[in-house]
Amino acid sequence: MAAFLQQLINGVSLGAIYALCALGYTMVYGVLQFINFAHGDVFMVGAFAGYYCAPLAAKLFQPQSALGAVMVLLTSMTVCAALGVLIEKLAYRPLRDHPKLTVLITAIGVSLFLEFAGQKFFQADPKPFPELLPHAQYNPMPNLVISSDQLIVMGVSVLLLAGLHFIVRHTKLGTAMRAVAFNPQAAALVGINLDRIISFTFALGSALAAAAGILYAMNYPAIDPLMGVMPGLKAFVAAVLGGIGNLPGAALGGLIIGVVETFVGGTAWSAYRDAIAFAILIVILLVKPAGLLGRTEVEKV
Amino acid sequence: MKIGPKSGLALALAAAVGGSFLTPRLDAYFLNILIDVGVNIILAVSLNLINGYAGQFSLGHAGFMAVGAYTAAGLSTLVSANLLARFHGFEHSCWAFGCFLLALLAGGLLAALTGFLVGAPSLRLKGDYLAIVTLGFGEIIRVLLQNFESLGGARGLSGIPPWATFGWVYGWVAIVIFTVLALVHSTSGRGFLAVRDDEIAAQAVGINTTQYKVSAFVIGAFFAGIAGGLYAHSKQFISPEGFGFMKSVEIVVMVILGGMGNTAGVILAAVVLTLLPEVLRPVAAYRMILYSLLLIVMMLTCPRGLFTALGERAKGWLARPKNGGPP
Repeated sequence: MAAFLQQLINGVSLGAIYALCALGYTMVYGVLQFINFAHGDVFMVGAFAGYYCAPLAAKLFQPQSALGAVMVLLTSMTVCAALGVLIEKLAYRPLRDHPKLTVLITAIGVSLFLEFAGQKFFQADPKPFPELLPHAQYNPMPNLVISSDQLIVMGVSVLLLAGLHFIVRHTKLGTAMRAVAFNPQAAALVGINLDRIISFTFALGSALAAAAGILYAMNYPAIDPLMGVMPGLKAFVAAVLGGIGNLPGAALGGLIIGVVETFVGGTAWSAYRDAIAFAILIVILLVKPAGLLGRTEVEKV
Repeated sequence: MKIGPKSGLALALAAAVGGSFLTPRLDAYFLNILIDVGVNIILAVSLNLINGYAGQFSLGHAGFMAVGAYTAAGLSTLVSANLLARFHGFEHSCWAFGCFLLALLAGGLLAALTGFLVGAPSLRLKGDYLAIVTLGFGEIIRVLLQNFESLGGARGLSGIPPWATFGWVYGWVAIVIFTVLALVHSTSGRGFLAVRDDEIAAQAVGINTTQYKVSAFVIGAFFAGIAGGLYAHSKQFISPEGFGFMKSVEIVVMVILGGMGNTAGVILAAVVLTLLPEVLRPVAAYRMILYSLLLIVMMLTCPRGLFTALGERAKGWLARPKNGGPP
């Protein structure tokens, strides 16, 4: 029982990170209908922004202080929001009326560019991520260990998800975002500035990816320029699993992928844990292509 | 005299076999690059059938290549290890020739079977979903191979006999080009283009779109498997890492640079992109950054492929009347 709970907690805290990342995929897909392949690399840039900001925060505040950690998180989210807007402006906006495949290939190009530029400028060797907060461990039951980092991951994720929910449901920008996702032409007709909303969507998604990057780096203490590839792909799988374009679906999908992966990692099949997300993806696309919470659309001629 | 496609194939095969008698005199480095170019041509032309002609965007070509490489290399190391001990001079006998051919074909067929399995979901998916599923298949194949201890697992498989000569590689280059071109230009092969251009319209005029999509995957995967076998027998070492997502992207970039559905352009792109890393060796640190920027800039400026755009410009220039007539 304790082992089960332990795996569940590990899985949920990993899943929360996937969920934050998956939201970026699903939001961009909602407004532009394409897979932003570079999203996983924005996640990586977020972790590196935190890495370079942490010494500064330690100097400004006490080392390992809560304020410093918040500053690292906010700085990295700002950097990535700007990066996301920039990527959209330079690489995706000129292609908005092109076939989706062209944009997809461009996104792969952007992703490779961030990876290789990262390897050049951040160096390819894994770097230990600074400890932003003091470590602590709690033992609520025998054989059950919860680390403070896991609690922080879950807490920050819940806060960010609540914030996102508020923005999307209760602000003017969020309403406009939903309108664009529902029907871009109609949204433009009623005076919504498409470019602005799309930029805003990229900023929001990229900021969430940066937060996910910092949280990931806190739990898996080495970061490198290719760290975003696998979590990025798995987060995408999570978005598809939940129903792409559907925000609660992405969060649910992230949790499911995280939990399943952790449980598989605890069995004799642990060597296959990187493949399990893709196996889930293929099964879900064959059985229910619209995802768990998505709705099926019929192409009209 | 116009050379027909079949005599062209025969000539190319003869040239490949003839060339392989001359290559021992070549520099080993140069020969190695030539063989890499050939393998990449096979990969790019076969992927072009799936991506370019049939319009099914696949990001898992390296996975098919891995299946072919591991099957062929596994068989040939097994055979040569067992037979080499018994027969002296097995290396150079015609038995080795036959063994290699069988190993390659087995690799190609198993890759084709994998292609069938990947092609099946393509019936229901399109565009970026299909891309991500093929990517997933490629990753699953890589993870499976990493855990396949009898084939070396994550350490890789070494000691593969060096059977892939110039003649073998360019013989297969001739075969894949002939097959793809003959297929696409045949009456039934026009179905590939119809499926790509408008699937619903193709279905409406009675084309079995499912059959075309799956056969594109099966044929493309078969040749990727052959390319994998040739690659394994020229490098003499393979590891699952070599067949990752990056390798698939490399092949996709060749197809895109050449222009989807433009076989001549794709061949040219395969040659250029294989030679490019050698040329860019002095700026090796920035090589991959340049490579990815090239991809982005190309998509922004001429998404139909650099060589397609250049080809059209050249045609227009040639067709322009001399003496300043109306253009």
